[in-house]
Amino acid sequence: MLAALLHRSTTTKDMHPMARNRALTAVALLATATALTACGGGDSGGGDADGSTLTWWHNSNTDPGKAYYEQVAADFEAANPGTTIEISALAHEDMLTRLDAAFQTGDTPDVYMERGGGELADHVEAGLTMDLSDELPETIETVGSSVNGWQIDGRTYALPFSVGVVGFWYNTDLFEQAGITEPPQTMEELDAAVQALKDAGIQPISVGAGDKWPAAHYWYYTALRECGQDVLEDAVTSLDFSDPCFVAAGEDLQELVETEPFNEGFLATPAQQGPASASGLLATEQVAMELAGHWEPGVMQGLTEDNEGLGEKTGWFPFPTVAGGAGDPEAALGGGDAWACAADAPPVCVDFLDHLLSDEVQTGFAERDMGLPTNPAANDAVSDPALADLLEYRDSAPYVQLYFDTAFGENVGGAMNDEIALLFAGQASPQDVVDAVQAAAGTA
Amino acid sequence: MTPRPTGADVAASPRGAAGAADRPDRSAAPARPSGGGRRRSSSRLSARTRTRLEIAFFTGPALVLLGLFIVVPVLQAVRYSVFDWNGLGPLDDFVGLDNYARALGDTVFTGAVVNNFVIIALSIAIQLPLGLAIALLLNRDIRGRGFLRVVIFMPYVLAEVVAGVVWVLLLQPNGLVDAVVEGVGLGGLTQLWLGDPDIALGTVMVVLTWKYLGLAVILFLAGLQGVPEDVYEAAQLDGASWWQVQRRVTIPLLGPTIRTWGFLSMIGSLQLFDMVWILTGGGPANSTVTMAIYLINQGTERGLYGYASAVAVLLFVISLVLAVLYQTFVLRRDNEVAPKPRRAAR
Repeated sequence: MLAALLHRSTTTKDMHPMARNRALTAVALLATATALTACGGGDSGGGDADGSTLTWWHNSNTDPGKAYYEQVAADFEAANPGTTIEISALAHEDMLTRLDAAFQTGDTPDVYMERGGGELADHVEAGLTMDLSDELPETIETVGSSVNGWQIDGRTYALPFSVGVVGFWYNTDLFEQAGITEPPQTMEELDAAVQALKDAGIQPISVGAGDKWPAAHYWYYTALRECGQDVLEDAVTSLDFSDPCFVAAGEDLQELVETEPFNEGFLATPAQQGPASASGLLATEQVAMELAGHWEPGVMQGLTEDNEGLGEKTGWFPFPTVAGGAGDPEAALGGGDAWACAADAPPVCVDFLDHLLSDEVQTGFAERDMGLPTNPAANDAVSDPALADLLEYRDSAPYVQLYFDTAFGENVGGAMNDEIALLFAGQASPQDVVDAVQAAAGTA
Repeated sequence: MTPRPTGADVAASPRGAAGAADRPDRSAAPARPSGGGRRRSSSRLSARTRTRLEIAFFTGPALVLLGLFIVVPVLQAVRYSVFDWNGLGPLDDFVGLDNYARALGDTVFTGAVVNNFVIIALSIAIQLPLGLAIALLLNRDIRGRGFLRVVIFMPYVLAEVVAGVVWVLLLQPNGLVDAVVEGVGLGGLTQLWLGDPDIALGTVMVVLTWKYLGLAVILFLAGLQGVPEDVYEAAQLDGASWWQVQRRVTIPLLGPTIRTWGFLSMIGSLQLFDMVWILTGGGPANSTVTMAIYLINQGTERGLYGYASAVAVLLFVISLVLAVLYQTFVLRRDNEVAPKPRRAAR
């Protein structure tokens, strides 16, 4: 039953999808063993060493990420004698479950991943997360606007190390077969492309509405197109969604759903699990496109036998613009992962975060395609052409809106996703979505 | 042909002699209890203490576990349920019964309650006749009986998660089930088995029947072993047909087993979680959500631990009330199998 819980508990998007295999890590055990031996060996040496031990949980539990982080930790230990880093490389879902439990008992690892938004706000309110604002002002400066999602009232509580954006991944071959020469830029063009694909006997779009959040991303984007940045920023803090642009966002989405562009059985389709998932359908060329984040090429590689995913046929275009919307047509929806220190972590934790965000570590991170680096010095190291395109789009966007469900926290975000999934099923109106969010937020 | 012994032979037979030899033993027997009685009375107090110690020793660990893992969590849930609490930090936002009112007013929760009751009703309505028929069949002396029993029981042994994942793969659009339906020329009948809100619950019921029918069959078969042969013989001597024997003799004698199975089935249906979680996660559009799934969604997925605790308490109360009602009205007769003499005299 625990396995069942893990299986479904996916509010997650940002994951290293291939890293699904359960692995509680020989590394962690080894590190512990080494630490114990070291302690037993002799406490005479070490000069200014105060014997600080940092526990570090991350989700890169397959190579090259796993080996890379071991190296990063070893380098830091060498440069800071007396500091020991105990790594737990966990499968993503496993890590989330354990983190939840750790937060409830207050026994958090020293260095851990924060996804920002409402979740972070809860942790900060409970006094679990360290305020980094005065500790690392320069690093915060380097990361730039990406850090917004991890700030509360102007204070910074975590440093994003990978931030990606959501857009349409498509199969260039299938688009060609349907006679689509240019990726759609407006909703009308998207409708036309859907029709052209249908006429060519191709299922246009896959969506993992069974997991709800992939469906919700459509609404997030239409809201991003319909609502101005000030309205959105206001909504994130006040949780007030009475602005008519939110209903308009639902209407745009309803119109799209009514053209029946989605794969057969999309209401029960999972996001990423198996060849019949939304990502699997795109990877195996059953559908022409899917709205997904920067993780998509990696997910698709894991879902094909040759580990190539769509390979050369992979294309990407941003979410289309909406006629008459007040939102910035270039604004992007995205999110990512950040490193945070527990409130009670030893002071050396801050130095370790600085190390993790350094030019050198971020460059190595980018070279291994582990994500989209936030330190601009590492931008050139992103080798995958599709990811490089995406990075360019992210950096040219006027702002990157954090996924609404993350931004609003799991309660309001969850209510929002549930209602949007009902809208996909034709059982909720655009007004219902707004009402459900307001009800969950207590602002109705 | 052996000649029958005459009267004189019988009297002189070893059996007769043995019978006579028994007698002295029997007459000596009453002496024994008095000796034992004396010994017992001399140590009565310590014996009683010892019995108590024994009881404490053997039930103690179980009681501690029961208290620690059942009673305490239930009481904790009751406590959490009157707070608005996200699982982090102190319990300081007391909301009284608001959480309960909200749950009972939420159409998704009331829908879940309805789904649970539909599952209880359908489980019993489908599995009882089917399980009984299969058990009666497998109780006959047919070829490959052992093998068939294993086949029927196999799904019950499989882990829910494993079986669930296999079914998800079979039932997906253009999956094996669709291929089989098309293969036999019924292409028009293929469905979005798990993707259509109107039929997903039906699909779930089919999988549940497949999964849990084995338990019913194995229990009924065990019950059939307890039906004494001589009743069948008597019925056959009275000229009853096979059908009559089953209807008038076997099934009534199987009553206690059937009623116990019904109880297990009902409780299982009320708490149903894992199979549905794997198959549909409660979807599409909440069409297969059960109380336990609603509880997990609100608790661990949305972080509403106070509210989810209220839902847990409601689930507990509903289960308890149904269990007590069932015990009182259905299982009562079975609990009185050996009535006390004074009641019989009344």
